[in-house]
Amino acid sequence: MPAALVVVAILALAVLMLPLVALVVRAPWADLPALVTSAPVLEALRLSLVTATIATVVCLALGVPLAVLLAHSADAPAPLRRLLRAAVTVPLLLPPVVGGIALLLLLGRRGLIGGWLAETWGVTIPFTTGAVVIAQVFVSMPFLVFAVEGALSGADRRVEQAAATLGASRWQVFRHVTLPLVAPGVAAGAVLCFTRALGEFGATITFAGSLPGVTRTLPVASYLALQSDPDEAIAIALLLLAVAVAVLLLLRDRWVPGVRA
Amino acid sequence: MTRRPRRGAGAAAASAVALIALSGCSGSDAFTPGDEPGATITVFAAASLTESFEQLAAEFEAAHPGVEVALSFGGSATLASQILEGAPADVFAAADEATMQRVADADATAGEPQVFATNVLALAVPAGNPGGVTGLADLADDDLAIALCAPEVPCGAAAATVLDAAGITAAPDTLEQDVKAVLTRLVLGEADAGLVYRTDVVAAGDAVEQVEAEGTDAAVNAYPIAPVGRAESATAREFIAFVRSDAGQGVLADAGFGAP
Amino acid sequence: MNGDGCLAGTFTARRGDLAVAIDLDVAPGRTLALFGPNGAGKSTVLAAIAGLLPLEAGRLRLGDRVLADASSGRVLAPEARRVGVVFQDYLLFGHLTVRDNVAFASRMAGASRRASREAADRWLERVGAGGLAARHPLALSGGQQQRVAVARALAAEPDVLLLDEPLSALDVEVRVDLRRELADHVRGFAGPTILVTHSLADAAIADEVAVLEQGVVTQRGTLDDLRRAPATPYVERLVHAAA
Repeated sequence: MPAALVVVAILALAVLMLPLVALVVRAPWADLPALVTSAPVLEALRLSLVTATIATVVCLALGVPLAVLLAHSADAPAPLRRLLRAAVTVPLLLPPVVGGIALLLLLGRRGLIGGWLAETWGVTIPFTTGAVVIAQVFVSMPFLVFAVEGALSGADRRVEQAAATLGASRWQVFRHVTLPLVAPGVAAGAVLCFTRALGEFGATITFAGSLPGVTRTLPVASYLALQSDPDEAIAIALLLLAVAVAVLLLLRDRWVPGVRA
Repeated sequence: MTRRPRRGAGAAAASAVALIALSGCSGSDAFTPGDEPGATITVFAAASLTESFEQLAAEFEAAHPGVEVALSFGGSATLASQILEGAPADVFAAADEATMQRVADADATAGEPQVFATNVLALAVPAGNPGGVTGLADLADDDLAIALCAPEVPCGAAAATVLDAAGITAAPDTLEQDVKAVLTRLVLGEADAGLVYRTDVVAAGDAVEQVEAEGTDAAVNAYPIAPVGRAESATAREFIAFVRSDAGQGVLADAGFGAP
Repeated sequence: MNGDGCLAGTFTARRGDLAVAIDLDVAPGRTLALFGPNGAGKSTVLAAIAGLLPLEAGRLRLGDRVLADASSGRVLAPEARRVGVVFQDYLLFGHLTVRDNVAFASRMAGASRRASREAADRWLERVGAGGLAARHPLALSGGQQQRVAVARALAAEPDVLLLDEPLSALDVEVRVDLRRELADHVRGFAGPTILVTHSLADAAIADEVAVLEQGVVTQRGTLDDLRRAPATPYVERLVHAAA
């Protein structure tokens, strides 16, 4: 490996790591226990964990079938296949704030569907915990879909045919062969999905708003704290970092690709 | 950061002028202080100043050829934090005095802060007032979608003062981190009512209406402005003077600001 | 078993550029070897019989059940055909134990876990793999995997048995023994059997041989017929090599 490449690689590593190092160095360690156990922070932590968990479950329920469809789309006409792939990719590339605006235009009180919901059923979605989950699902589902689809296309699908010759119906094949076959991909996707949902900020604040206990998740709380109490903001940021690292360590040897020891 | 090399170029240009001037045996007054050609100043201004400062900057640039005013808008507290972290600002215009004091206390100002405008809150509703809002008391209505600023930020502190004075416990559906976010909720019709600055109602045009309500003027926000940064900039001082001039005050009045 | 139990039909199936046309009639208890070089379309025929590939033309029946009829568009799904397959590379389920691989068909048919596992153990004993029940299939040798694959296919109690090069992945030393074992299982199987192979020695298991070259049956007869009068240069070459 050429020396110049090593130098650049180290530079890249610095770009990734130094901001986190600064976060750790500048953290108000003495006050940290008090800061992260303060009532507002605990409230935000609880809300974040609950919403990210629900969002992950929703992503699994909706995303796995979509991944299967995507994996099977190899037989579909090329334009349809590209459209399908683009539909999953775009939210991934979109700034989350744009996602939040788009969600408002769809589900807001004057939105395409939201307007109808409000008029017919008196249901409004923005400013609710449900809106937080929807925003998180919107930004994190692509991670799950691509993880599962990657696992599907990497697996030997002929075992599904073997299962069919043994009398398994299509649903049984999916349930008893396909799912176990891609379980590592599903698990890795769920982890990515959860951490992405946990860190979701832009779409949440744009679409759901910010109210303690209802819509103010940890990232939103961190951003607000930056206005008044930067130490608290740093403490929350550290908390989020700790959760992300904990999740990775927890699943290190099992499922997450690239983090295997 | 970007303005340093430019200033170097300006200095080089100045010495070139000086050389020519020397050979021409003329004085140095062809080059007046504050008239640095090619100078750029960076102004950090509270989000509520967006429209008026864009206009002020344009007028200032027109009156000072070669000078460029870079504007950065945001929540006052965020901007203050950025300045304290070393962001390259030359002028800071805040939406409240407490935030300016934080910057001054850290010795990050390069001159005395001066109040250049005042602002009061207004009870604002989306065009057509779909929630049928008539006064501050409606902000306590659970059935209405209410957007306020979070108490941690200046517009939220002002809202708390107004609500306390009126003896109202608000039932907010969202507590935003700056006043423009509250305004956006109203413009999009997601909120039925909110407290924003009078200037914001002016800026939003037809999308938002003001409901005349007793007690919204209980909190008067004073807007201080000060030069910041280590190196004092003549252009920065001149910009501040322009903001406080009659012409500057006229722009601010049109935007709904009160006199200092 | 229903009707005469014969696997019979005349059909064309296509995979990629190669269309294979074949005329089949295999009686219960009889074994047909589909013999030919790689790429001749042997596996295509098996896939069509198993329902993993649609017929391009013609029809196929098993006893009085129509498996597929291209003219009427009637197609029986693979899971409803009762066709047991031993795949070339076995395609065992890596996420299940050997026992649960063999118990799979019975479980899918709705039998209890316990009954399915007991039946699986009996099948494993029968193929000489009783000691492997708790093992992980992908950790087994080729010969062991082959035994498990045979047990898995037979445990489903199919009406037809399809063997796709079941011995080709094995080392020469174990091949002879396993060929003898496989011949025993095939003899013990009541329904029609089709064995795909490109080895004359393996084809000896069968009662009759059909030579398939580039999608066309070029010779049909017993192995002795082929040895006595090879109809094509390909068969002649193989007969000479074996002699």
